[in-house]
Amino acid sequence: MAKITVDGKVFEVDPNNNLLQELLSHKQDLPYFCWHPSMGSVGSCRQCAVIEYANDDDQRGRQVMACMTSPREGARYSMDKAHQFRAQAIESIMTSHPHDCPVCEEGGECHLQDMTVMSGHTYRRYDGKKSTHNNQNLGPFIGHEMNRCITCYRCVRYYKDYAGGTDFSVQASHNHTYFGRFQDGSLESEFSGNLAEVCPTGVFTDKVFSKVYSRKWDLQSSPSVCAACGVGCNINPGERYGTLRRVVNRFNDEVNGYFLCDKGRFGTGYVNSAQRISVNMSRSAHDARPSEITPVDAKAKLLAMKGNAIGIGSPRASLEANYALRALVGKDNFYAGVSDVEFGLLNQVIDIYQNRPVHIASIKDIEKCDAILVLGEDVTNTAARIALALRQSVKNIGKEMAARIKLPMWQDAAIRTLAMDKKSPLYILSSHATRLDDIARQVHIGSAADSARIAFAVAHVLDSSAPAVTGLSDAEMALVNSIATDLKAAKHPLVVSGTSSLEPALLNAAANIATALGNGDQRGNLALCVPEANSLGLMLLMDGSQNSLGKAMQSGARQAIVLENDLYRRAPSATVDSFLSGLQQLAVLDHLQHRTGEAANLVLASGTFAETTGTFVNYEGRAQHFYATFKPVAAIQSSAKWLCDSEFGNEPRIHILTGGAAAILPNGYKLQKLTPGADWTFAGQRAPRQHHRYSGRTVMRAHLNVHEPKQEQDEDGLMNYSMEGVPATKDATIFNSPWAPGWNSNQSLFKFQKSAGGELKQGSHGERLFDENTGAKAWYAAVVQQAAISGFAQFPIYHLFGSEELTAQSEAIQAKATGAYVALNPADVARLGLGASDGVQVQHNGAVPYLARASITPGTVGISVGLHGLNYQNMTTAGVSLNKAANWQNPKDWRASNIIVSDAGSSSAYGRGTQG
Amino acid sequence: MFEFVVGSPLNIVLILGAVLVAAALLIWVERRVLGFLNERLGPNRVGPWGIAQSLADVGKLITKEDWVPPFADKLPFIVAPIIVPVVMLLSFAVIPIAPGVGIMDLNIGLLWVLAMAGLGSYSAMLGGLASNNKFSLLGGLRAAGQMISYEVFMGISILGIVILSDSFNLREIVEAQHKHGWFVFPQFIGFIVFVIAGLAETKRWPFDLAEGESEIISGFNTEYSGMKFGLFFVGEYIGMLLLSALIPVLFFGGWYAPFGLELPNAIISGIFWMCAKTGCWIFFFILVRAALVRPRYDQLMNYGWLVMLPLSLLNLLVTGAVVLAQGN
Amino acid sequence: MINFLCKQLYIIWSQLVTLWLVFTHIFKKADTVEYPDQMPYMFPRWRGRIILSRDPDGEERCVACNLCAVACPVDCIALQKTEDENGRWYPEFFRINFSRCIMCGFCEEACPTHAIQLTPDFEMAEYVRQDMVWEKEDMLISGTGKYHDYNFYKIAGKAIGGKGKGEARNELPPIDRRSLLP
Repeated sequence: MAKITVDGKVFEVDPNNNLLQELLSHKQDLPYFCWHPSMGSVGSCRQCAVIEYANDDDQRGRQVMACMTSPREGARYSMDKAHQFRAQAIESIMTSHPHDCPVCEEGGECHLQDMTVMSGHTYRRYDGKKSTHNNQNLGPFIGHEMNRCITCYRCVRYYKDYAGGTDFSVQASHNHTYFGRFQDGSLESEFSGNLAEVCPTGVFTDKVFSKVYSRKWDLQSSPSVCAACGVGCNINPGERYGTLRRVVNRFNDEVNGYFLCDKGRFGTGYVNSAQRISVNMSRSAHDARPSEITPVDAKAKLLAMKGNAIGIGSPRASLEANYALRALVGKDNFYAGVSDVEFGLLNQVIDIYQNRPVHIASIKDIEKCDAILVLGEDVTNTAARIALALRQSVKNIGKEMAARIKLPMWQDAAIRTLAMDKKSPLYILSSHATRLDDIARQVHIGSAADSARIAFAVAHVLDSSAPAVTGLSDAEMALVNSIATDLKAAKHPLVVSGTSSLEPALLNAAANIATALGNGDQRGNLALCVPEANSLGLMLLMDGSQNSLGKAMQSGARQAIVLENDLYRRAPSATVDSFLSGLQQLAVLDHLQHRTGEAANLVLASGTFAETTGTFVNYEGRAQHFYATFKPVAAIQSSAKWLCDSEFGNEPRIHILTGGAAAILPNGYKLQKLTPGADWTFAGQRAPRQHHRYSGRTVMRAHLNVHEPKQEQDEDGLMNYSMEGVPATKDATIFNSPWAPGWNSNQSLFKFQKSAGGELKQGSHGERLFDENTGAKAWYAAVVQQAAISGFAQFPIYHLFGSEELTAQSEAIQAKATGAYVALNPADVARLGLGASDGVQVQHNGAVPYLARASITPGTVGISVGLHGLNYQNMTTAGVSLNKAANWQNPKDWRASNIIVSDAGSSSAYGRGTQG
Repeated sequence: MFEFVVGSPLNIVLILGAVLVAAALLIWVERRVLGFLNERLGPNRVGPWGIAQSLADVGKLITKEDWVPPFADKLPFIVAPIIVPVVMLLSFAVIPIAPGVGIMDLNIGLLWVLAMAGLGSYSAMLGGLASNNKFSLLGGLRAAGQMISYEVFMGISILGIVILSDSFNLREIVEAQHKHGWFVFPQFIGFIVFVIAGLAETKRWPFDLAEGESEIISGFNTEYSGMKFGLFFVGEYIGMLLLSALIPVLFFGGWYAPFGLELPNAIISGIFWMCAKTGCWIFFFILVRAALVRPRYDQLMNYGWLVMLPLSLLNLLVTGAVVLAQGN
Repeated sequence: MINFLCKQLYIIWSQLVTLWLVFTHIFKKADTVEYPDQMPYMFPRWRGRIILSRDPDGEERCVACNLCAVACPVDCIALQKTEDENGRWYPEFFRINFSRCIMCGFCEEACPTHAIQLTPDFEMAEYVRQDMVWEKEDMLISGTGKYHDYNFYKIAGKAIGGKGKGEARNELPPIDRRSLLP
């Protein structure tokens, strides 16, 4: 720690950090553009200028950029004296800035607006001609308005250097500088949405939000958790006029930090979808005409099933909803609504986390790791935010090199130049080329079973007490040895795997490696991706019960309550058909219409994550609380509330249900810490959901009735559906959208952090439910079950856009998604004799288009999961037979151009519709 | 031709009728004159020059719901507004209007007026207390304190006149002035004190502290509406009329014409001059309302007890001394 | 003592002067305008009924920036942005609850495009409160209102139908990003 004096005030600062970040940590208002807490300093915008004095006698000092300066012990600085310079700098930055604020999506939350005001440039003196730029169409997610650019380089530093995108760059020079693609076209990176938040002004904007644009202050928002995958990124959804308008990142240093993936950011359109179930329907028999019923009747009918019905829980419903269902039907009648394979895998994940001496890696941990093995998981498509974190961890070699020559860590450009193309080791064992291959030291293409055997061998090499594997080829043994060497040499080795390859042995092998990496108190990092937002929460609620979905279907029950689940995505269609037709009474609670709902006698409209309050447990066992963003129409209620009978007082406050679930979960007491307490108030008031500048309160409903209704009440407490309450400006127990006086953009976040870029002063990080296991090393047997294959060996292919059930119903995601397909090696394409106008007839399924990918092993076939047109659950592990479907019409939702693969030689993917 | 005898039924009917009509008309007159003083027009929509404005107001007040707040003390709440107009009209009984025109020729006329005015304070007090409302209570207390205080030296201030005229009979006081000249000259201090005390007694501007719209929201009559409020209102205007009639009687020679400008018929001349003098004072009170600001309550009380009371006592003392000296 | 008496006398004198001055007003002409017999002259900048104007080209001036809504102290303006096929922003709906409006004119001051303007028309009473909720169709006039020449989109850098990049006032033609010439 060093003591410095800034404008007469004394601050304790870290001399290893840059002065700008340290001043921001002390909550000083010093303008900046190009610096970003996640991306370090480059010193290009000249906004953070300060005067540095040589000694106490120095009256003039010299001007330095705070972001490029290490504070010296005892030095004297002035921010005020450089005010004039900063005003001049921003004046020249602004010479060509268009007169666009009223028609700019960034207006009102614009870092440029804030900094212009803060720097004191209030009047435009330049009256020469402004240079202009043509815009590009960057696809369905991001809007481009290049005129507004101030050339801070944040976009290209984020997109290329941070997120590893390849289709975006800076072009031309001087005042012609242009940030964009070489030609129009959709941005390929899965993290392009962050451009809208990284850009300090309105060059890159959220196109989806722009269609239904509202100013930041008009959005009613609440702290929430993304429901689109198992990572559990923290998000901040915004609502206006009863519809969800956008999602922005909510900072959580241990999970998502500053960035989200595009699925989470743009995939919430389903909340406003026309497919939404917005009324409650009932009918006497399966084939009778359904009629609308009131919420009171609907609930009565649902509760009447108590005692006779089985309940099928959901991995995408909150912990509270699942718990309420479990309490309603009883533990013995409560079944997990996941496929049987997944049921086993998830139980295995829990077993590993609880009983193996491994460190469960959060994303913060992942970013620190310096040697990674990815086992059979297409991370970019199944847990995208982890893929972004992996892209950071391979850069750790640069930081290490920098540390060796005593280069400060914030010297972003210098470190990148130093590292050149050196990367920390990352190995990928996968059944097809993945989007992370570009940063991998070595990629091994093979079946999940092959990968598992290699991984078991790695564990054995690392720790000879681990079970050995025989029968590996020399090439494979070479790979095993290099993986083992790199992992062993690393300070923070990491194994990433998950359930998506549907191979139990792979999880065991990952656990073995992580166990083997343990050394004394240090344990190997392990991250196991899970498919859905609350997969682990649901499985923990099962509390060891073996009630899988398959058992539910064989239970012979005549009544069933299905919670937020489309069974046709969980089990073979035929099995589900026979199960449903055997039911007398089927109640379905869900947001969107689907096949299971169509068979139901009773359909209850349940609220999405944006309309309900609850808890999700993410891939690392981190429980996170999300608050409802807005109140839906009266017929829609949260599933948890639907399922509560008088035992809970019919409509209990949510913390009662959370408490009930806590009694079942391991370390459940930690759930209490997720919220500041059910009766928390600040200055006697709850937290407001609406910004203190929220507009239109007395008129937004006036066209319906000029007499204003009572403000909606949140029975769960803590937050108001109004402006009532004290808006947080410095710290927030319930961390909503950041705002501080003078800082209207998301850059105000540093005011809420302990140190700029660090953890939040207040607000929950979530609570990890699994204790670190400190037991002795234990091993899983190196057994890999291998079924006899007839025909093609199949493996699943996931798509970030489209594989997840709910987000696939969002318009923006649909524009980037495609219909179902199979991916084949070109040799197999030739063998099957597939022409450009042919489709592939898949066993147990219909015909789908095909895609030829060089990275796929001949004899295997990649089958898309979750995409429309094919039920992956119909597949068997015994292989699949494929036949040519000649002269067959492409389905409407087949958009081959949306399938971005990174197989060696980028033109290697072809198939129907990709040519010409 | 009718004989005009004091106390004849015709007299009673005509005078009381005229007073009531005048009081009602006064409401309109005051608003118009205030308007002119404020460079406005005042109410000019109902009837010619708006003369029927009061009728419209009465119509409105009568048709309003006769509402007693549930928290109010019912009986006193209803009785309170009745007291004012009644005692004010009773006071009017002794006012001499012209020779032979009047209701009562009472030998203790002056005391009667003071007594009735004293009763009038019950009205505001009861109203304020019965309303069961903080502002009304404050208004009632203010009214009681103010009226009782000012009544003291109002009485003392006119004792000089009693000494000079040797009578409590108002007619005799008028006659005495005819003989000795207007009392306003020898009793100038008494006159000033009386006018000020009279303003305070009728709770008119600038001494409307009992109502004080801007501070205690109409004070004792906050809870009143409809005709009950109307009675307070009319009572106040009768009070103003009474005061405006009493001042000429006590200080300005009553019905006798000044400067020998007598009209041929003594009764007509009397009525004319009495009305003219009363009118002047009414105008003066309206002018005061338009021009002067309301004092604080402590200022009002200080002024009363520390200035008015000594002044009136001094006046009484000097008058008595002079009369004694002259008598000797 | 003398001072005190003088002060008291001065106070009395000042009251008398007040009475006199107020009295003299009775001879002055009343300022009252006898509306509705006599229609008063309304100054052009009077803050009355709110209208939405069009730019000199006859297009809606409102760009749905929401600044009027946020400036409104009684929150009686609500609107929703939408855009036409060429990227021009305009309000999908624009609603003012005149039963809440206090005619403060903040919306007009906040408006960056001179779209929302207050007019001298003040006769807006209604018998039914619901009729005081006005939509865009009720407020949009066909002229430019008080400001005749201003055309926001001619100054803004955003391209709209009929105005491409570099065609706004004081703009150079779009740069060629493949050129390195100065």
